[in-house]
Amino acid sequence: MDILVPILTMAALGLFFSAGLVFAYKKLRVYEDPKIEIVSEMLPQANCGACGYSGCRAFAAAVVKGEAPPENCPVGGEEVANQIADTLGIKAGEIIKKVARVHCRGTWNAAKSRGSYLGISTCFAAHLIGGNKQCSFGCLGLGDCVLACAFDAMYMSEEGLPVITEDKCTACGKCVDACPRSILDLQPISQEIIVFCRSEDRGPIARKVCKNACIACGICVRACPDAIILENYLAKIVDFKKIDPEKIPDIEKCPTDSIGRLKKENER
Amino acid sequence: MKVKTFPHGIHPPEIKERTFDKAIEVMPPPEKLTIPLLQHFGSPAEPLVKKGDEVFVGQKIGEGTALFSASIHSSVSGKVLSTDNHIHPLGHSILAVTIANDGEDHLLPSLQGTKDPFSLTPDEIRQRVKEAGIVGLGGAAFPTAVKLSPPKDKPVDTVIINGCECEPLLTADYRLMLEHPEDILKGAEIVRLATGAESIIVGIENNKKKAFKIFQEKAKNNAAEVALLKTKYPQGAEKNLIYALLRREVPRGGLPFDVGVVVQNVGTTKAIWDAVSQGEPLYQRVITVSGNGIEQPKNVLVRIGTPFQNVINFCGGLKENVNLLVMGGPMMGVAQWSLETPIIKGTSGLLAWKAPLSYFEYSCIRCGRCVEHCPMGLVPSQLMKFVKFDNLIEAENWGILDCVECGSCQYSCPAKILLVHWIRLGKNKIISLRRKNKA
Repeated sequence: MDILVPILTMAALGLFFSAGLVFAYKKLRVYEDPKIEIVSEMLPQANCGACGYSGCRAFAAAVVKGEAPPENCPVGGEEVANQIADTLGIKAGEIIKKVARVHCRGTWNAAKSRGSYLGISTCFAAHLIGGNKQCSFGCLGLGDCVLACAFDAMYMSEEGLPVITEDKCTACGKCVDACPRSILDLQPISQEIIVFCRSEDRGPIARKVCKNACIACGICVRACPDAIILENYLAKIVDFKKIDPEKIPDIEKCPTDSIGRLKKENER
Repeated sequence: MKVKTFPHGIHPPEIKERTFDKAIEVMPPPEKLTIPLLQHFGSPAEPLVKKGDEVFVGQKIGEGTALFSASIHSSVSGKVLSTDNHIHPLGHSILAVTIANDGEDHLLPSLQGTKDPFSLTPDEIRQRVKEAGIVGLGGAAFPTAVKLSPPKDKPVDTVIINGCECEPLLTADYRLMLEHPEDILKGAEIVRLATGAESIIVGIENNKKKAFKIFQEKAKNNAAEVALLKTKYPQGAEKNLIYALLRREVPRGGLPFDVGVVVQNVGTTKAIWDAVSQGEPLYQRVITVSGNGIEQPKNVLVRIGTPFQNVINFCGGLKENVNLLVMGGPMMGVAQWSLETPIIKGTSGLLAWKAPLSYFEYSCIRCGRCVEHCPMGLVPSQLMKFVKFDNLIEAENWGILDCVECGSCQYSCPAKILLVHWIRLGKNKIISLRRKNKA
C-alpha cells in the first residue's frame, strides 16, 4: 500500500501545476498580432531608426496598428512598402526616393584654414571651438558623418569633403544628425540642381574665406526666379520642380561654383 | 597668519613678474572698432543702431532683452559703419557693430550719476547694473544683474569679492586692487546692499601681499573682512573659493545662492561702483598683455571692441615666430587665429607665445594624477573614456556636468591626453541631446 502515497502525491502535484498552466494560458495570455511578425520579416532589419521608431519590429507594430504608413521606411523603399501594403490590404503612399547631399564645396584648397588644429579629431569637438576653417558655416572635414553611416555609402575625399555614393544611400538621416553644422540634408534624388554652400556671411566676407562660397550675386535667381531665392546672403532652392531644364546652363554660370549639378563620381 | 585653501588643485609657475609692477596704462581708442553683440553668457543682444547712425561713448547699441543677456554700449563716439557678422574670440562668427571713431570721445549727455549711491534700493541698483550692461569680468561673463537678484527662498548672508587671479601671467586684477582699492570696497558695499547680505569677505592669494596689506588697511573703516588664500590654481573658481573661505559646499548643479553666497570679481565690483556712482556703462576694461611673444608686456585699460592688432601694437608688437595667441589666461583661455578679433568684456588677458606646437598623445597609464588634482573631485580619465566610447549616460552619472573646465587634469597628465577637450565634448553632447529631447 506504501506505493499509493507517492503516486497520489505526484498526481496531485501534477494536477495543481497543470491547473496553474491552464490558468496562465487562459488569463495571462498576451495576444500579439501575427501580422507584426510577417511585416517585421519584410523590413530590411537595419534597425537604423530612420522611421522614427526604436527598431524594425517597433515600426512593424506601428504599421500593423495603422499608426505609421508603410512607406515611412526609407531603407526599404518602394519595393518593401508595396509588399507590406499588399500583405495588409492597404494602399502605400507615394514614395519620393531621397538621398543625403553635401552642401559645401570648401575643400582644403578652396577654404582657408585658421591654423593648426590640434584638438580631438572629430567634427563635434572642432565645432565647439569654432572649427578649423575660417568659414564658420562650412564642412569641418573630420568625418563624423562617415562614421555615422551604417550603409557604407559615404567616404571622405582627398580634398576633405564627404562623398555620398547615392546608389547605397538609404536616406536614413544618421549623417544629417551627426553633422554639427547641418552641412548634409535629405533631398529627392530627382533634384538635379543643388546649392553647395551654407555660408550666411555677406558676399565679401564669404568670398574672403572660401573660393567656393555663395556670394549672393543672384545670377541663379535671375535664371529661375520662381524656383530660387536669396535668403541670408545665400541662394535657396524653394521648389526644384520649377527649375526649367533649359535654364540649367544659365544657373551653372555661377562664378563661385556654389550652385549646380552634382558631378557623378567618374566626373570628379 | 593662516592661509585658507581648498583640497586638490595644482600650482603652475606663476610667471607674473613681467607685468607685476607695471601700472595700468590707458590705451587711446583705435580709429575703428568692432563690438560683438554677444559678449556674455546667454542670448545675444538685439542691435539698436544701423549703418550711418551717429553714436556717443556709452550709448546703448545692443539691448539684452532675454533674462540671461546683457546690453552692449558703444565705446567710442563716431559713425556706425556696419552691423555684420564678425569674428568672435570664442570661435564662431557673431553679429557685431563696427564703429568709426571720430576722435572726439563725446560722452552720452544723458549719463547721470547718483549723489548718494548707498541710499539706493536693491531694485534701483539692479536696474542701474542692468542698464550698464555689466557682466562678470573674471572670464565667464555671467550677467551681473542676475547674480544680484537672489531668489526669495535663498537669502544671501555673505558677499565674496574674488581677488585671487589664480591664472598664471595675468596681473590685471592685481593692478586694479593696488590702484583702485576704495572703488572696489565701495562696489562691494553696493553688492551687499543689493543682495541684502550681512558680511563682505575679500579673498586675496598670498602672492599678492601688497594688495592684501592695502585692503586690510582700507577695510578697517568699511567693516569688510580680508582673507589671505594659498596661491593655488583654481583658487578663484567660484565653488572652490566659497569652500576655501566658508567651508560651504555648493550642491551639484547648484549656484552659490544655494549656500547663501554671492561671488564677484574685483573688476566687476569696480564696474558696479562706476555704474552706480557715475552712471558709466561698461565700455572699457583692464587686460594683461603678456607672454614671451610680446615685446613690452603691459597692463592696459582698453575699450571693448578694440582689435587685437591695435592692442598688440600698443604693447610694442609681436616678436618673430610667434605661433600661439590666447585670449584669457593660459589655463582656461581660448586660442585665437586672427588679429582682427575684438576685445570683449570677458577678455582678461591677451597672451602670445613662441611655443612648440606639435605634441604626441600617449595612452592613459592610469596613474591617477588627474584624479589627485581635480578640484571638483571628479575622475577625468574615466570621464574621457566614457565620452570616447559614447557612453554619455554613465558620464553624466560620474558627474561630468560638474566639471568647471579648469584644466588641472590636463596640466598634470603625463600622457598629454586632451582631457578637458574630451570632457567639454561630452558636456556639450549631453546638453544638445537634452535640448533635442525637450523640443
